[in-house]
Amino acid sequence: MSALEPVIGLEVHAQLATRTKLFCGCETRYGAPPNTQVCPICLGYPGALPVPNEQAIELAVRAGLALGCTIGRASRFDRKSYFYPDLPKGYQISQLDLPINEGGELRVGERVIGLERAHLEEDAAKSQHVGSQTRVDFNRGGVPLLEIVSKPELRSPAEAEAYLRELRLVLMTIGVNDGNLEEGSFRCDANISLRPVGSETFGTRVEIKNVNSFRFVRLALEAEIARQKVVLGSGGTVERETRSWDESSQKTVAMRGKEAAADYRYFPDPDLPAIALTDAQVEAWRDAMPELPAARHRRWLDAGLTDYDAGVLGQHPATAAYFDAVCAASAMSAKKVANFIQSEVLGHIATDGLDATLPVPADALAELLDLLDADTIHGQAAKKVFGLMVEEGLGAKALVQREGLAQETDEGAIEASVRAVLEAHPDQVAQYREGKTKMIGFFVGQVMKASKGKANPKAVKAIAERLLEPN
Amino acid sequence: MTIAEHIAAVAGGASVRERAEAALDRVGDDPHRAFLSLDRDWILADAEQLDARLAAGESLPLAGAPIAIKDNLCQRGTRTTCGSRLLEDWVAPYDATVVERLRAAGALLFGKTNLDEFAMGSSTENSAFGPTSNPRDPSRVPGGSSGGSAATVAAGHVAASLGSDTGGSVRQPAAYCGVHALKPTYGRVSRRGLVAFASSLDQVGPFGATVADIAQVYDVIAGPDAGDATSADQPAPSAMEVLGAGVAGLRIGVVRSCLEQADAPVAAAVEGAAERLESAGATLVDVGVEHLDLALSAYYLIAPAEAASNLSRFDGARYGLRVEGRDLAETYRATRARFGREVIRRIVLGTYALSEGYADEAYVRASRARTAICRAFDSVFEGVDLLLLPTAPTVAFALGEKTDDPVAMYAADVFTVPASLAGLPASSSPVGEVDGLPVGAQLIGRRFEDTTLVRAMEVLSS
Ligand SMILES: [Zn+2]
Repeated sequence: MSALEPVIGLEVHAQLATRTKLFCGCETRYGAPPNTQVCPICLGYPGALPVPNEQAIELAVRAGLALGCTIGRASRFDRKSYFYPDLPKGYQISQLDLPINEGGELRVGERVIGLERAHLEEDAAKSQHVGSQTRVDFNRGGVPLLEIVSKPELRSPAEAEAYLRELRLVLMTIGVNDGNLEEGSFRCDANISLRPVGSETFGTRVEIKNVNSFRFVRLALEAEIARQKVVLGSGGTVERETRSWDESSQKTVAMRGKEAAADYRYFPDPDLPAIALTDAQVEAWRDAMPELPAARHRRWLDAGLTDYDAGVLGQHPATAAYFDAVCAASAMSAKKVANFIQSEVLGHIATDGLDATLPVPADALAELLDLLDADTIHGQAAKKVFGLMVEEGLGAKALVQREGLAQETDEGAIEASVRAVLEAHPDQVAQYREGKTKMIGFFVGQVMKASKGKANPKAVKAIAERLLEPN
Repeated sequence: MTIAEHIAAVAGGASVRERAEAALDRVGDDPHRAFLSLDRDWILADAEQLDARLAAGESLPLAGAPIAIKDNLCQRGTRTTCGSRLLEDWVAPYDATVVERLRAAGALLFGKTNLDEFAMGSSTENSAFGPTSNPRDPSRVPGGSSGGSAATVAAGHVAASLGSDTGGSVRQPAAYCGVHALKPTYGRVSRRGLVAFASSLDQVGPFGATVADIAQVYDVIAGPDAGDATSADQPAPSAMEVLGAGVAGLRIGVVRSCLEQADAPVAAAVEGAAERLESAGATLVDVGVEHLDLALSAYYLIAPAEAASNLSRFDGARYGLRVEGRDLAETYRATRARFGREVIRRIVLGTYALSEGYADEAYVRASRARTAICRAFDSVFEGVDLLLLPTAPTVAFALGEKTDDPVAMYAADVFTVPASLAGLPASSSPVGEVDGLPVGAQLIGRRFEDTTLVRAMEVLSS
């Protein structure tokens, strides 16, 4: 048997970061007591009618623009019918023939992964099985989702993981999704099949549903590839089925009780007219598009950051924006700013969805970094001042003054200190003059100690070297 | 008793309460079974509230005039059964937009009227709570599905009522009962709170003893509603303002093929109506509308398809009737088995019309026919302002006559479904009698030209 390659496609359900649901005014806030964010519309009461949420449509289009999709100018909602307690109307409002976003692509490292579509739909409610009972929480029912369907162009589990990370970052950067995996804001189903390397046709695909972390998607795909290889290797055939990831056994397992071939009886939802979008609206959203993560990454590399730095600072839009804001307000080089933020500041940044709690404002940090950059204070002092800024909320200059941390820059005073040190250590002076120039560190250290760290070490070194020159 | 007379009486010192009592006395024990709920205490309490609002100087255009509401429109705090066992005890938690507007205009909401279950039917015999009879001849049907609303106006209980029209459900009962009714342009009146039968066709419309009653109610309920995405986003011109404008200068197309299809005495009465319009200054032309022959079958695929989808929400899980089964699937089946025969027939038909492998032949083809009918109307309306045709091929038929023959029953809608498919405004006016039973003439207008219909309706009634 020839070598097999995996063919992977991903379907992501990204919750749009709207305040209210897709077709009613109920809030989308996560974690409210069950069935407190509901109304006749999202409970499917008789006579209730859906009214599209304009913010959801804007967010969907902005996602489409960021992903290079073709934006549908007369996109339409369709009803997808099936009976289940989590679906109060007996149908889900989704999009079939005319999605709001068609095509598109996402760059993942060196590869460009094509997209089929990114369409709007309402989320189902959450059902929970307790003994023989099923309890349903409709708070989530009707929350706006963007279903982003990739082409089957991913070729490894690691690539699938990277795709998901990049997609999440893009959506967070444009403020469309809060990226919160634990709360189910970003969910993924994976389709996987195997085929001989070089083949153009597809094998039987298996769907792996609702894997709730990026690492688990990779592990589940790896496990599924291994399983399918065993099946095919022993002359068997892969069943077309839906499987789930079982964390404890590190295997995928067949999901029970799935219908054979569902007929969803799609048809255009007569309650909802086509989504009318004007070119002017779409262009305005395009113009307002913030810099996307990939472009930002390249810009940072050009500014002297390492790939690692750029990756760390870019992992949340708030840290990325913070870094850029500090750079803009400070004269320090981007690389030095990146170093300071990574070593001192990141640990103090707490993120919650799209929100981030910053320890000090960007311009306040810039003020501190400028003092460091101008040698007014040295590195150790900067760390100490930063800690005090976080604790006390005071400005860098005020703290430097209060703590007396400004470096001594008066050349006359520094020269006097250096002379005093040299006079006190004649043996060492002699050694230096005999060629042990490494002794310079000793003299600088002594002067720094005498000045309680305030003397500018560069100035001290320069003056000491001058005074130590043979007369 | 018209709304205008009611307003004059209240202005002359009569109280809404005493007039409500009089109306309740007129209904008595509801011999035609027009009402599914009519709570005397509630109505009198509401009447007293209206008296208090009037006494406080509030301007209430309808001044407490009693208006009956079809029982598929949500009225907060009252049962809204849709004529179905599944909603027998369901109390609406909110007001339909039209009900809200009637309340705000000072209408006295006067009971909920009988209908074919979920508005599916042409005789009101499909109500789970028994049929309504025709006040003009109690052995006959009042038409449907808004039979209760038509009957209560015909009986002189109230001046006006609200119905809903999906394929003729206000026009055909108006014709059978001898009252006026108007189905506005699709999108002109909000559907919010109207329990959906077929969403792309449903439209709320008034019944009236006179055209002025129709105009008065229309002006209150018509106009944009942010709560209905299919509601037209443009203000509705006033129907009251065109009263008395006449039809001089209007070109009216007589749809000859429909007259030929109707019973001869019905056609003769409609011819008489045409002459009245002509003598009032309208120009008559004979016209044909292409593809009308496709309308009935297209309608009976599209409407059931939407209905099957709209009625999937009645699963016993959240409200309404729930018949427990051993498991979820059986609970669904047992609950939904309580729909009536006609509703089940349409759910099955509609499900089939949308199913994979059949949808192209059924739903998709019917949608294409619908588009063709819309275009045909557009082209006819390039030459005329209104169309005139019979509302129904016959006068009211006998109770029980067609209950075992659904296809014959559906044929009662043959002249009303075309305007529904095209979303055009259409009306029915009483224009004569055959053996003591009323004949209705239907007018169809251009999209959003509802008030042109009102002008012609008024001429027909004079
Ligand atoms: Zn809601």
